[in-house]
Amino acid sequence: MSGEIVIEADGLTKTYGRAAAVDHISFTVGRGEIFGLLGPNGAGKTTTILMLLGLTDISDGKVRVLGFDPARQPLSVKRRVGYLPDTVGFYDQLSAADNLRYTARLIGFKAADREKRIADALDQVGLADFADKPVGTFSRGMRQRLGLAEILMKGAQIAILDEPTSGLDPQATAELLQIIRGFKSEGVSVLLSSHLLDRVQSVCDRVALFSAGRIALMGSVAELGRQVLGGGYVVDIEADGAGLAERLALIPGVSGVEKTGVGKVRLHADRDVRPEAATEVVAMQGRLKYLGVQEPSLDAIYTRFFETQPNGATTRREGVRHAA
Amino acid sequence: MRREGSAFQGLGVVVLKELSDHLTSVRMRVLEWLVVLIALAALYGAIQQIKDTTAEDPFLFLRLFTTSRQPLPAFVSFISFLVPLMAIGLGFDAVNGEHNRRTLSRILAQPIYRDALLFGKFLAGLVTLAISLVALWLLVIGLGLLLIGIPPGAEEIGRSFLFLLVTIIYAGVWLALALLFSVLFRSAATAALITLGLWLVITFIWPVLAGAIAQIIAPPDPRYIALGLPTPATVTTEQILERFSPSTLFGEVVVALLDPTTRSLGPIYLTQLQGAVLGAPLPLGESILIAWPQIVGMIATAILLFVIGYVIFQRQEVRA
Repeated sequence: MSGEIVIEADGLTKTYGRAAAVDHISFTVGRGEIFGLLGPNGAGKTTTILMLLGLTDISDGKVRVLGFDPARQPLSVKRRVGYLPDTVGFYDQLSAADNLRYTARLIGFKAADREKRIADALDQVGLADFADKPVGTFSRGMRQRLGLAEILMKGAQIAILDEPTSGLDPQATAELLQIIRGFKSEGVSVLLSSHLLDRVQSVCDRVALFSAGRIALMGSVAELGRQVLGGGYVVDIEADGAGLAERLALIPGVSGVEKTGVGKVRLHADRDVRPEAATEVVAMQGRLKYLGVQEPSLDAIYTRFFETQPNGATTRREGVRHAA
Repeated sequence: MRREGSAFQGLGVVVLKELSDHLTSVRMRVLEWLVVLIALAALYGAIQQIKDTTAEDPFLFLRLFTTSRQPLPAFVSFISFLVPLMAIGLGFDAVNGEHNRRTLSRILAQPIYRDALLFGKFLAGLVTLAISLVALWLLVIGLGLLLIGIPPGAEEIGRSFLFLLVTIIYAGVWLALALLFSVLFRSAATAALITLGLWLVITFIWPVLAGAIAQIIAPPDPRYIALGLPTPATVTTEQILERFSPSTLFGEVVVALLDPTTRSLGPIYLTQLQGAVLGAPLPLGESILIAWPQIVGMIATAILLFVIGYVIFQRQEVRA
């Protein structure tokens, strides 16, 4: 992240009648950053995205995308931003290349430029062999990749992806995330929304957790982990040796020891105590079989966060599981 | 606070894409064959009738369009019946189809305004209909030449060409209506059914209903009834009501254009006929003047329907 800000939302609000779908949210996305909007369905993620693109009116607040106001200069914004909608659709009777040709004409690329861009983009997402096949024959994963090809072809500076991995099998998801990482390496900022937490965790630099139209938490996954899970580290050890648990409990910083199985111990500590634990095991001549620290998982953060939220958080969480 | 850029950016691209979709679609091919076959049947009937009956008619060629032979209706009746069907067939899934294919938000995320998409769809539909109607018109003229063997005069060509233009305008009215319903209803089937239902009501039920309503608004005068004459006020009211239907307007324009002896499209008093040579044809300019309000009315209806659809589309959410 070079520090240059490409998306800036300040007090962004969208109301339908008296209900606020998006309620005074503020965030920034830097150049080359992958920013995740996470939250249950209906939390306001898609509405936020549509406001960024100027596809829906902004009720209140300010937003700048690459320095442009989406409400007043939508063409400038849409020329520079690529958008992959939730369950993207194409014209089934047209071929993949023809679908991209239509978009390229709408963007206004010159004929000579157009073909090269289309071929390059299809190649990058691995659809070069399917360029002349009708999209009607494509699988869901291929359609999503074609959607990403459209963004690549556009040469967008920002890629906005709405639920890019929903409904995909693990293989297709992995391919898609690889392409998304490719965006970052080319300096394209990515804003993606999702409710599939573990998938998103692996690509996002920073995330914003949405809850009922507000951003409940924002930061990197590690920061959120410390904030929500109480800043603890969890270290798992598997080793032989009598009285191991008692000795490990004496390590400074360890707040709790838990036996999780035969020869298995879990330490809760306020810092990474792996070096000390290893030393202890070796000192009592035990055989160390496993030593690992648990990274804070977004799933755990999410679950813990909504557990501590009083209003109907449980039903919302179930909604997410169902949708996932 | 003006928005940047032109509302028509990308219009040409949308028109070309939609046009190629229409012209290659199975739906369009079926409609075209339907129109051609039915038109040929009507034409055949007309030519038989003309050969049998008409010896001398200064506007023999125009009879091609208006003459009928039982049990087939005349060519113009077929056209006034089929053109709305074609227009509805092309327009009923224009916008909701994009919604349902989930292409709408992707297309609108490109640097164009919604204006270009909607107007492009309307223009492409109108051009498609115009292409079919011009082809049909040429077919009729060509067959007429071959089968009657008398070349049409300049005025006959002029009148039939104006008839062609008016038919395209009439198609535009129904296309705008179909487009409006395709914006209003998310389901294409609902939109198609409602548009067709409205067409049935407007074309077949409204003329009957207009008569009944006119009797209520302006009850017939007993003095006229005693004389066995229609009451002028009732007749006028009925005609005003009937003219709310674009089908009525189209019918009146066709009569004025294709029958040069038409002197008025409303009731006339005997006093107005003083000095008139009955049955004498009017010059083309005069015929146009008679039909002008109806033509303008149809254009205005098409624009109004399009604008309503446009306003609704602008305010609609694009999310699926």
